[in-house]
This record gives sequence, structure tokens and C-alpha cells, in this order.
Amino acid sequence: MSTPVIAIDGVTKAFGEREVLTGIDLEIAEHEAVAVIGASGSGKSTLLRCVDLLIEIDDGDIRLDGEVVTDPAADPVSVRRRLGFVFQAYNLFPHLNVIDNVTLGITRAHGLGREEAREAARTMLARFGLEGREQESPSNLSGGQQQRVAIARAFATRPRAMLLDEITSALDPELVGEVLRAVRDLKEEGVTMLIATHEMGFAREVADRVGFLHEGRLAELGPPEQVLEHPAEPSTQRFLRRLLEAGRA
Amino acid sequence: MEAELEGEERSGSPLSRGRDRRAERAAAKRRHNRRGFAIAALSTVVVIGGLAALVLTSSGWPAVRETFFDTTIFKESFPEVAKGFWLDIRVFMVVEVAVLALGLLVALIRTSSAPAMFPLRLLAVLYTDVFRGIPTILLVYLVGFGVPALTQADASGGGNPLSWLPTEPVVLGAIALTLSYGAYVSEVYRAGLRSVHPGQRDAALAIGLTERQAMRHVVIPQAVRNVGPPLLNDFIALQKDVALIAIIGVSGEAFRIAQIQASTDFNYTPLLCAALLYLAVTIPLARLLDRWDRGRVR
Repeated sequence: MSTPVIAIDGVTKAFGEREVLTGIDLEIAEHEAVAVIGASGSGKSTLLRCVDLLIEIDDGDIRLDGEVVTDPAADPVSVRRRLGFVFQAYNLFPHLNVIDNVTLGITRAHGLGREEAREAARTMLARFGLEGREQESPSNLSGGQQQRVAIARAFATRPRAMLLDEITSALDPELVGEVLRAVRDLKEEGVTMLIATHEMGFAREVADRVGFLHEGRLAELGPPEQVLEHPAEPSTQRFLRRLLEAGRA
Repeated sequence: MEAELEGEERSGSPLSRGRDRRAERAAAKRRHNRRGFAIAALSTVVVIGGLAALVLTSSGWPAVRETFFDTTIFKESFPEVAKGFWLDIRVFMVVEVAVLALGLLVALIRTSSAPAMFPLRLLAVLYTDVFRGIPTILLVYLVGFGVPALTQADASGGGNPLSWLPTEPVVLGAIALTLSYGAYVSEVYRAGLRSVHPGQRDAALAIGLTERQAMRHVVIPQAVRNVGPPLLNDFIALQKDVALIAIIGVSGEAFRIAQIQASTDFNYTPLLCAALLYLAVTIPLARLLDRWDRGRVR
């Protein structure tokens, strides 16, 4: 078996007294998409932020292409340059127009020339249906468009893996579809992805494997049919039943 | 629906009802506006007219008019005071640039978290506390007379290691103003830096920027944008306080010239010249500030 792109090995993280992640083990192979589901506060976002080294873990290790990146001596900047992160609240830079949002990283962090970067950004934006919007301010775009800019910004650096943190949770229901289409497009290209979501339909469709996070532990992990249709764990069953009652599954 | 039907019955003509109500409302609004305008005009005349009458009929008014509003003296002294005001403007512009740079530097030091920066952070806190706490006029005195004293040659004829310090009053005045306003402006910047959502820094790091690049390209530009109006407010205050450098003997400053002329003629009209010149700068700045604030709310 080849080296997984991301290997999470016994990762534990506490905020003060409260342990948010407890001994998480999860490997994501090349071209694989893994969706992590779970109630809000179950630690999904924390897990993704740990992988991108936006927060420090307390115990365990995370490896990127076999290299331990959570070593205190490792350079977090070079690690983040190999990963793409999309936030729930988009976090576009409001003082920059759409194209500069995309070029900032590829020029400053990846050393591309200005013209080269603009060309790459234009191509990337067009790919996610944003041609003609390059000069606009992010605030003039709909939530769905902003999130697609954020996806383009993260993917423009051709990362080894994309980390998608509840990217449809802040969107109006009618705008969710266009963002999910963008992710489906990434999946077709074989992009390695770690996705935190509570869109069950989406997890079922895009993910190769689904993990259920419950009170900081990975309670269940397997193919979507198994975890979502025939969950073995009582906690997973309860969670899915509640979603079903709320009409969200 | 029921209410609508009732309305139709009352108005008599069901077909034209919608249009009538619209015209009625427009007419009522016009009446209301006219009434408001009339009240505003009347109360303005009463208040301003009353105040003017009170001042102009007072027994002291002729003397005040003579000593403060003498047109001949105004015409005579205006060119000199205006020439002095040009120095004020130049000092203001130089100090403003220095204040913006110093304020940002201090704010960045105070918001940094690196352990190696601890002594600098301590100094920055001390600086803002002390220099915001001292009245600007006192600071102008302390720097204006204290620094030249430091540069005095040793009585025994030995060299003074501080002899390179400036002694020019205008330079010292500018330094004092920079120190005083730098402390205020650093706090304004600090509020601006705090106002940038933490998600912005996260996003900057996530696209692979270093901490320094994230600050430079993402956090600082937004912080400065957020504090534009309060910064401009401090500019206006600084523009007025430039007059303080007159007290350490900066010759050729507008307020100083006006003071000298006033004391030679025993007439205060030159001071009015200076006041009008300050207003000519501060009022446009204040209007600019208002517009900026309105634009941000929209």
C-alpha cells in the first residue's frame, strides 16, 4: 500500500479542560475523499484546523506524504503551502478584489510572477463559473459565489489535499448546490479531500469513506452505505435518526 | 382582505381607491415636510437672532468690536499671519507622517506575541501610558527646553556624547508633537488591528503566507481602513496643536505672529486672523470625516 497523503495518528486536542479530540486515527489515501460527519461541537472543524496546523495538537502525530508535520521543529508555513483550506465563513479578503484574493497566495507564497499568477487565477475562476467577476469586490457576490472564489483561492496552488470545513453551512439553501458542484468537480479530477460536513446526501455522493465523530472520538468509519445506512454504533444511529426527523438526511 | 373590502366601501369608488390613497399620502407627506421646514426656519431666526441681539446690544460690545473686529488692522495683519500659517501647515504635514509611522510601529509591537519582543512590548506600553498622560503643552516645554540642555558642552571642555541632538525650536516642537500624538494614534491603530476578524489571519496563513506576510498584506490594510475616521479626527486635533510650538520660541508661527502683533497694537484682531486660518483647514477636514463616516455606514 502506498503512503497515505494525510495520516492522522492518535491525535488528541483539548481546549483548557475540555478534550475536543481524543485519539483520532484516520488515513486518507491519494485521490480519496473522506467526509467527517457529526453534531456541531463534535470536533470536526478542530480536526481540520489541526491538519492545517492552524492549531497545535496536544498528542499524537499528523503526517503529510509520510513526513511528520506536527513535529515542533517542522515549518508550518511550508506544510500549509501544500494544503488547501476552505472555511465555513469563506474568509475572503474584503480589501482585495476577486482575482487578487486568488493571486495573493500564488505570488507571495508560491513565487509566481504577476502575469503568470493572474493567468492561473483567471483559469481557476472560470473553472468554478466565475468568469467576468475578476474585478468585483467579494461583498458584491452571493454567498455561493464567494465560497466558489474561496475554493478557487485554495485550489489555485494545486495542493496535495483540500480541507473543506463545513463549506455549505453558512449558505442559503438555494446556493448550496452550486458549491457542491464545485466539490464534485474536484472529486472527478481525483483531488484528495478531507471534508467536514453535515450534508448527508453530499457525504454519501462524494465521499469514498465517511467517519462519524462523536464527542471527540471517531465512533465509526467506513463506506458511506455502511455508515449512513447501516450504522453499527448506537451514537451514529441516534445522530442519523435526529437528522432524519429534522428532514436533513 | 376584509379590511381592504371595508376600505373600498368607505371610499365610495372602488376602482380609483388605490390611486386616491396614494395621492392622499403624498399630499400628507408634503404638508408634513412644509410644516417641518417652517418650524426649523422660525426657530433658527429666533435663536440666532436672539443671541445676536443679546451680544450686539450689550454695553461691552462697542469695545469688543474695536479690539477684536477692527477691519483696518485685520487687512494689515492678515498677510503676515497667513505667512506664518504656512509654517504651521508644513510642520503639521511632517509631524502627521511621522505620527502615522510611529503609531503603527508602536501598535505592531504591542500586538506582537513573540517572546523576544517582550522588552519592546514593555517599552511600548510605557510609552503610550506616559505620553498620553502628559498634557501636550507640557511635553512641548519639556522637549523644547530639556533637549537643548542635554547638548550643552561640558564645562571642563570635554566632548558631550549628546551634542548631535537637535536644538532648533521648530524641530524640537515637531518632535514633542510627534511623541504626544504618536501615543494616541498607536492606540487607534491597536483598536484597528483588533477589529480585523481572526478568520482573516487564518485564511492568510492557510494560503501559505508567513505570519509577517499575513500582517502586511491582509491584517494591516484592513486595520487601517477600519480606523480611517478616528485617525482623521486626531489629524484635526494635531493641526490645531501645532500652535503650541509657539511657546518654545518658534518664530514665524501663525499664532506667535498674531500674539506679537496683538501686543504691539493692544488690539486682538490678529488673533482672529489666526483663528480663521485654523478653521479654514479644520472645517473642511471635519466635513471630509463626516462624509467618510456616512459612506462606511451605508
